[in-house]
Amino acid sequence: MTLTIDTHNLAAEAAVSAPAGTLFRFATAGSVDDGKSTLVGRLLHDSKAILADQLEAVARTSTERGFGGESGGIDFALLTDGLRAEREQGITIDVAYRYFATPARSFILADCPGHVQYTRNMVTGATTADAVIMLIDARKGVLEQTRRHLSVVALLRVPHVIIAVNKIDLLDYDEAAYREVEASVRQVTAELGLGSGLPSEVHVIPVSALVGDNVVDRSARTPWYAGPSLLELLETLTVIDDRDSTGRAIEAFRLPVQLVLRPQGAVVVAPELADSYRDYRAYAGQVASGSIKVGDTVSVEPGGGTSTVTGIDFAGVALDEAFAPQSIALRLADDLDIARGAVIAAAGTLPPVTRTLEADLFWLDPRPLAPGARVLVKFGTTVVQALISAVTGRLNLATLGAEPATGLAVNDIGQASIRLSRDLPVERYRQNRRSGAFLVIHPQDGATLAAGIVTAPGEATPAGDGSGAGSEVSP
Amino acid sequence: MRAPPVTTSIASHRLSELDVLESEAIHIIREVVAEFERPVLLFSGGKDSVVVLHLAAKAFWPGKIPLALLHVDTGHNFPEVLEFRDKTVAAHGVRLTVAKVEDYISDGRLVERADGTRNPLQTLPLLDAIAAGRHDAVFGGARRDEDKARAKERILSLRDEFGQWDPRNQRPELWNLYNGRHTVGQHVRAFPISNWTELNVWRYIERENIELPPLYYAHEREVYRRDNMWRAVSPVSPARADETVETRTVRYRTVGDMSCTGAVDSLAASVADVVREVGVSTITERGATRADDRISEAAMEDRKKEGYF
Ligand SMILES: Nc1nc2c(ncn2[C@@H]2O[C@H](COP(=O)(O)OP(=O)(O)O)[C@@H](O)[C@H]2O)c(=O)[nH]1
Ligand SMILES: [Mg+2]
Repeated sequence: MTLTIDTHNLAAEAAVSAPAGTLFRFATAGSVDDGKSTLVGRLLHDSKAILADQLEAVARTSTERGFGGESGGIDFALLTDGLRAEREQGITIDVAYRYFATPARSFILADCPGHVQYTRNMVTGATTADAVIMLIDARKGVLEQTRRHLSVVALLRVPHVIIAVNKIDLLDYDEAAYREVEASVRQVTAELGLGSGLPSEVHVIPVSALVGDNVVDRSARTPWYAGPSLLELLETLTVIDDRDSTGRAIEAFRLPVQLVLRPQGAVVVAPELADSYRDYRAYAGQVASGSIKVGDTVSVEPGGGTSTVTGIDFAGVALDEAFAPQSIALRLADDLDIARGAVIAAAGTLPPVTRTLEADLFWLDPRPLAPGARVLVKFGTTVVQALISAVTGRLNLATLGAEPATGLAVNDIGQASIRLSRDLPVERYRQNRRSGAFLVIHPQDGATLAAGIVTAPGEATPAGDGSGAGSEVSP
Repeated sequence: MRAPPVTTSIASHRLSELDVLESEAIHIIREVVAEFERPVLLFSGGKDSVVVLHLAAKAFWPGKIPLALLHVDTGHNFPEVLEFRDKTVAAHGVRLTVAKVEDYISDGRLVERADGTRNPLQTLPLLDAIAAGRHDAVFGGARRDEDKARAKERILSLRDEFGQWDPRNQRPELWNLYNGRHTVGQHVRAFPISNWTELNVWRYIERENIELPPLYYAHEREVYRRDNMWRAVSPVSPARADETVETRTVRYRTVGDMSCTGAVDSLAASVADVVREVGVSTITERGATRADDRISEAAMEDRKKEGYF
């Protein structure tokens, strides 16, 4: 047998497989018991994504637990609440990923927990989502968890938010009652600035997850609602909003270097080609944003060097252009000192390097944060030591404004000033969702303490001030 | 340097579903190889591990795969799968270590189960092999669509020194920033194709022209009916007196132990046939073919907590 890595034609593949870029990721959010898991089960069931043996197992368990009622005796939440503890307690503890497809597109859905205690898992589901479906129990309206989750959605700039006003069956499909809930939600989303920028629009839908109204099909019981069903909406939302009208990425090119490919003769190419690959050297990584062409000029940080792209390799296929989120290997004309942790960017687009930044932090660890904490931060493929020099505020969920704070507790969303041990080209999350996001990591036990997003890079390090020096932490 | 063969460009700047999943997997593989000292890839010759190996080859092209391979052999594997495993390992020029459940049974460290199933016995040899190889990261081909416990697991899943998974206390996994930090004794399981479905895997096998063991395709075999599945007649899984042996055209959707993996009736002889068949299947892969997962609703979760894959 010979080793086969087929040099398939990417363009041809894109043409045959339904509309390209049709993988759509969404997550559920909302307070506990608002119906997230039931909605997900209903969506999977009504879009025929549940196979016979799964349905049989769920029906059996539902009957054992005496579940009755409108859904034909099936507790749809059991389709995603797969852990023993979840079934025993009737709650969702961690994100469940489910997969389904309609003729329009394929979906990856993350069913998230509602409990405050498990907010870290909701944030996990939301960071990769193209859309968040925010569930609200129509009888209860906006709760504290609703506000917390909506704040997460707003700060993470999830491209789309859909508010599903659920359990509309329990309001007897009454329009006036629905409008009241809708108005109070829209007030909160407006206060959070949702609907301007990312997410660009707030969609509100009256649904009954249990009965199925407006989930897959539009319901005859809500004649006063003229909008699309939830699934129709999911099928038509654009995948990301950082594209121009022709679909081209508008963010500047960024390639965080994962590793340097330098096989030094230990190559898998045909023997007669082996010689020409002896000096092969390329920088491997996943394009975080933007696009790049052979011949483009790039700059590299740390170091500030510039060079020209001489080749873009994708496992034996030479591309003349690459874009996010392709995993590629980039060849450059010049022999720059580039290692893991470097960022290769479109020339002149990287911000000046700095050692300080202001950030929003989603504090996810039970151990509270006190100013002065020494931590690690991970940006792209770089890990550096850092110091949280000050906590400058905390989000008050009642007022949705900042209140003074001296530390952060688990599930708090706060603002902090951070000092880095090394110069980094720090970017605002607002400008670039990939480069502006980071992890805060415990230096000893390695726990992920917080999700961070840069709100403002600090003052630029003056040129010649030891750029690139300082301690980098090897993993 | 001579340029590689094909040059392409996509005007729309949008990737197809398979291309997105492929790049995601390659990113994960490269992250783990870059951040860990001694990663190892679990390789059984089954379709998911074959796909992960193929992705690893792409991730490091034109270099060789910088990974050791490990297989926990229950002693009940299909001979044609083992043959395929060894051929594939040789073609990629990688080193394979085989940990044998048989060795553990013969010296008493493990005891044969009453039902004869050896899948649950794999955990101990696996953990021993991880410790012996001082592996800090272990790649697996598990997918979240396989089972409801797997549906909950992170792409990088932290395990303690007993290999245990604590589903109530998983590390947050944010954006595509993977945190592989761990303390002495801990290791990380990495699942690059977490987000792939069975259909994605088959479409990818078709697109990339990836070779698989022949029993994934329709063939004639002597089988008998047990637990609503077609079981192969073999030395480790003989038919009982009350079971009728017949020759049928079948294929396997998963390949595990001969003693607990069932075949399905199928005429799908080519990869295109299989893609079509999987696309219209009404039963999940594990539901159709794995007796070991039917023990209870939480069978997979229970085994994972004990260090199973
Ligand atoms: N009447 C009614 N009950 C619902 C509806 N959606 C969910 N429920 C019930 O509300 C409870 C909580 O649902 P679940 O999906 O577990 O909520 P989660 O905590 O948000 O995931 C369960 O008893 C559901 O059956 C609905 O649309 N109508
Ligand atoms: Mg739930």
